[in-house]
Amino acid sequence: MITVSRWRIILVVLATLYGILFTLPNVLPQSVRDSLPGFLPKQTLNLGLDLQGGSYLLYEVDTKALRTEQLTNLVEDSRTALRNAEIDFTGLGVVNGEVNVRINDPTKVEAAAKALRESVGGALVGVAGGRDVTVSIQPDQRIRVAYVAQALDAQAAKAVEQSIEVIRRRIDELGTKEPDIRRQGANRISIAAPGESDPKKLQDIVGQTAKLTFQMVDETADPVQAQQGRLPPGSVLLPGDDIQPFYVVKRRALVTGEMLTDAQGGFNPQTGRPVVNFRFNGVGAKRFGDATAQNVGKRFAIVLDNKVISAPNINEPITGGSGQISGNFTTESANNLAILLRAGALPAPLTIQEQQTVSAELGADAIRAGAISLAIGGVAIIVFIILAYGLFGVFAALALIVNVLLILGIMSMTQATLTFPGIAGLILTLAVAVDANVLIYERVRDEAHAGRTPIMALEHGYSRALVSILDANITSAISAIIMFQFGSGPIRGFAWTLLIGVITSVFTAVVVTQVLIGWWFRATKPKSLPIE
Amino acid sequence: MKWPFIRLLPREFHIDFVRLAPFAAIVSALLVLGSVGSFVAQGLNFGIDFVGGTAIEVRTKGPVPLGELRAAVPAAGGHDAQVQGFGRPDTAIVRFRTEGNAFQSAERVKQNLAAKFPGMEFKPPVVVGPKVSGELMSSGFMALGIALVLMLAYIWFRFQLQFGLGAVVAVFHDIVLTLGLLSITQIEFSMTSIAALLTVIGYSMNEKVITFDRLRENLRKYKTTPLREVINKSENERLSRTLITGSTAILALAGAMFLGGPVLFPLVSTMVFGIVIGTYSSVYVALPIILLWGVKRNDEPAEPLKPAGVRP
Repeated sequence: MITVSRWRIILVVLATLYGILFTLPNVLPQSVRDSLPGFLPKQTLNLGLDLQGGSYLLYEVDTKALRTEQLTNLVEDSRTALRNAEIDFTGLGVVNGEVNVRINDPTKVEAAAKALRESVGGALVGVAGGRDVTVSIQPDQRIRVAYVAQALDAQAAKAVEQSIEVIRRRIDELGTKEPDIRRQGANRISIAAPGESDPKKLQDIVGQTAKLTFQMVDETADPVQAQQGRLPPGSVLLPGDDIQPFYVVKRRALVTGEMLTDAQGGFNPQTGRPVVNFRFNGVGAKRFGDATAQNVGKRFAIVLDNKVISAPNINEPITGGSGQISGNFTTESANNLAILLRAGALPAPLTIQEQQTVSAELGADAIRAGAISLAIGGVAIIVFIILAYGLFGVFAALALIVNVLLILGIMSMTQATLTFPGIAGLILTLAVAVDANVLIYERVRDEAHAGRTPIMALEHGYSRALVSILDANITSAISAIIMFQFGSGPIRGFAWTLLIGVITSVFTAVVVTQVLIGWWFRATKPKSLPIE
Repeated sequence: MKWPFIRLLPREFHIDFVRLAPFAAIVSALLVLGSVGSFVAQGLNFGIDFVGGTAIEVRTKGPVPLGELRAAVPAAGGHDAQVQGFGRPDTAIVRFRTEGNAFQSAERVKQNLAAKFPGMEFKPPVVVGPKVSGELMSSGFMALGIALVLMLAYIWFRFQLQFGLGAVVAVFHDIVLTLGLLSITQIEFSMTSIAALLTVIGYSMNEKVITFDRLRENLRKYKTTPLREVINKSENERLSRTLITGSTAILALAGAMFLGGPVLFPLVSTMVFGIVIGTYSSVYVALPIILLWGVKRNDEPAEPLKPAGVRP
C-alpha cells in the first residue's frame, strides 16, 4: 500500500494522459482540431439527436415491388402445385395483379382448383381458418388465384414493420448511434441519426435491400436467345459483372441470405482482394453441401438484389458450411455488405423520398439549463466529498476528475452517443464511483478506531473494501454486458455508457486514490489519518 | 469546527433495524398494492415515443421561432410536443400525440397554431409511428430478464441462493414502486423513463451487494450470534457509508431536479425516488427475506474468500 509499485504509478499516469488526450478535442475549436498532427485523436463526443440534431432520411417501402415479388412466388407455387397434381396447363402468368392459368383438360379443372386451394397461399392473419388467397374457377377452363385485399394490406404493414427492425439492426451494427426510426403514414419510414453522421454512409446501409441468393447458372440456355427474352422455363436473365454482362440463372434459389449465421469483411489470402466471408446455419450448410455435390464442374451465381456479383465454378462439394463471396469489392463495400448480410434483408425495396438536416429535439434554453444543473451536481459531489473527508476527499475528488476524463475520452474514442438522459446517468455513475471511495474510507476509519496504525488501517481498509467494490461492480458489469448484447437501439447505448463507467470507476476510485495516498504517506509520514 | 465533517458522524450506531421490519413489511405491501392498483386502474401515461402521434411540417415567413413554437404546441392541444428545425431555417417539423380522433385533434392544433403564428403554412398532417418498436421492447425485456437471472446467479455463486433471491425480489419491489410512481403521477412514460428505470435497477443492485457483503463478513466473524443480531450489527456498521453515499447521490441530482427544467425533472425525480427506494429495500426487503429463510453458517470457510477478480 505504502510502497506503491512502479507499474501502478505508470498505469495511473498513462490513464490520466489518455483521458486528457482523448477528451481534449471536445474543448478545442474545429479550426484547431483540423490543424492537429495526424497521430493525435480528433474525434469528439457524439451527441444525441436531442442535443445536436442530425440528418434525416425519409424512405418509402416499395409495396408495388413487394406485390410483384409475391405474385411471382404465387406463380411458382401454383406451377409446383399443378405439377405435383399432374395436371397439364398453359398460360400460367400474372394478369391484372392476379395469377391466371388455363387447364388443358376440362375434366380436371375442379381437381386443379382443389390442388391450388390446398397448397397455395397461407393463413390469413386475424381471421380464424381464413386463407390469404382465393382460388376461383373462370369460364374457358381458366383458374384465377388472387390475394384477398385484407391480406395485401396486412402484408404491406408487416413489410413496413419488418423494414424498421432491419434498419435498426443495420444502424446498430455501425455502433451506438441511437437513431430515431419511425413509421410515417402508411408505408414510409423516417430515419434520423445524430450529428454529422455521413448521410451517404447512412444511405448505403439503409437503402440497399440486400437480398442474397445462391442460384445455379443455367448453362443450357442460348445467350443470344436469352437476350431476346426467350428463356427456358424456370430460368431468368440477370445483369452481371465486368466479366460477363448478364447471366441466365435458374429461378430456384439453392440457399438464401436468411440461412447465414455470420458474415465478415476480409481478404482473399491468394489475391489479397477484399471479400466477404460467411457461414451458413445448419439448414443452409446441408442444402449448399448437397447442391454443390450434385453440380461439381458447373457454376453457381451469387445474386445480390437481382444482380450477379460473381459466378464461381464448383470445383468440389462445399460441405464445411462456410464460404467466401468475391466480387468487385472495396474494403468498405465488403464491410458494408457483411453488415447488411448480418442484419438481414429488407422485405421490400426502399426508395428515398427526402433527405434533410434536422435541428436538436430540445431547445437551446432547455439544454443550457440542464447542462448547468448537471454541472452543479458534479461540483456538489466534489464539494461534499471534500467537506466530508478533508484531504482524503481531495484525493477522491482528483480520482473523480480522472474518471470523468476517462469516461469522456473512451466515449469520444468509441463514438458512443451521449444523450441528455445519458448525462444524468453519468452524474449518477459518478455518485456510485464516490461510493467506492466512501466504502474504502469508512473501512479505514473502522480499522483505525480498532487501534491499528495508519499504515495497517489503510492496508486493511483497502483490501477489505475491495471485496465489496468488486462484487458490486462485477454485478453491474454483468447487467451492462447483457443489456449491450441482447438489447437494441437506445438500450445498447445506455448499457455501453454504463459499462465504461463501471470499469473506469473501479480503476480510479481504487488505484488512483491508492497512488495518491501512497505518495502523501511517504511525503508526510503522518502519525494519524485525517479521517480518524 | 471539526473538519473533515466525517468526524462529526458518531462512530457507532445502535439502531434496532430488525424490530422495524414488520412495520416496513406492511408499508411495502401497501405501497406495492397501491402501485399495482394504480397500474391496473389507469396504467402508464405512454408518450409519443411508445404510441406514436401526428407530424406536421410547418413553414414560416422568416426563420421558425423554435422556442416559441415548442411552448405553443402543448397550449394548442398537442401532447408530448417535439419541435425540430427541418432542412431550411424557415421550416420545422412538429410532432405531437393526440387524444380522441387523431384527424380532428390534429386539425385543431393546426388552427390554434395558425392563429398564434400568422402566416404559418402547414403541410398535410401525417401519422407517425412510435419510436419504440415492438422488437425494441421485447428485446429490452429479454435483456433485462437475462441480466436479472445472471445477477442472481453471480450473487448465488459469491454468497448463497437466498441472498440472490432476496436481491432479485427487492429489485422487483423497486421496479414495481417506481412504475407505480410513474403511474400515479401520470408523468409521460417515454424512452427517458426506461433509462431512469434501468439506472434505478443498477443503483439498487449495487446497494444490495454492498449490504450482503458486510453481512457475509460478520456472519463469518460472529459464528454463534443469532442472525437477527448479526443483521442489526452489520447495518449499524454500514450506516455511515449508507448515509454518505445516499446523500452524495441525491445531492448530485438535486441540482438537476430543481434547476434542470421540465426536460430533466421527470427523469431525475424518478432517479432520486429510485435511490431512496433502493436503499430502503436493501434493508427492509432483501435482508428480511434472508432472515426469514435463514442462512447456512457452518460450511463457510473460516478465512474470508479472496476477491474473485484480480486486484487492479
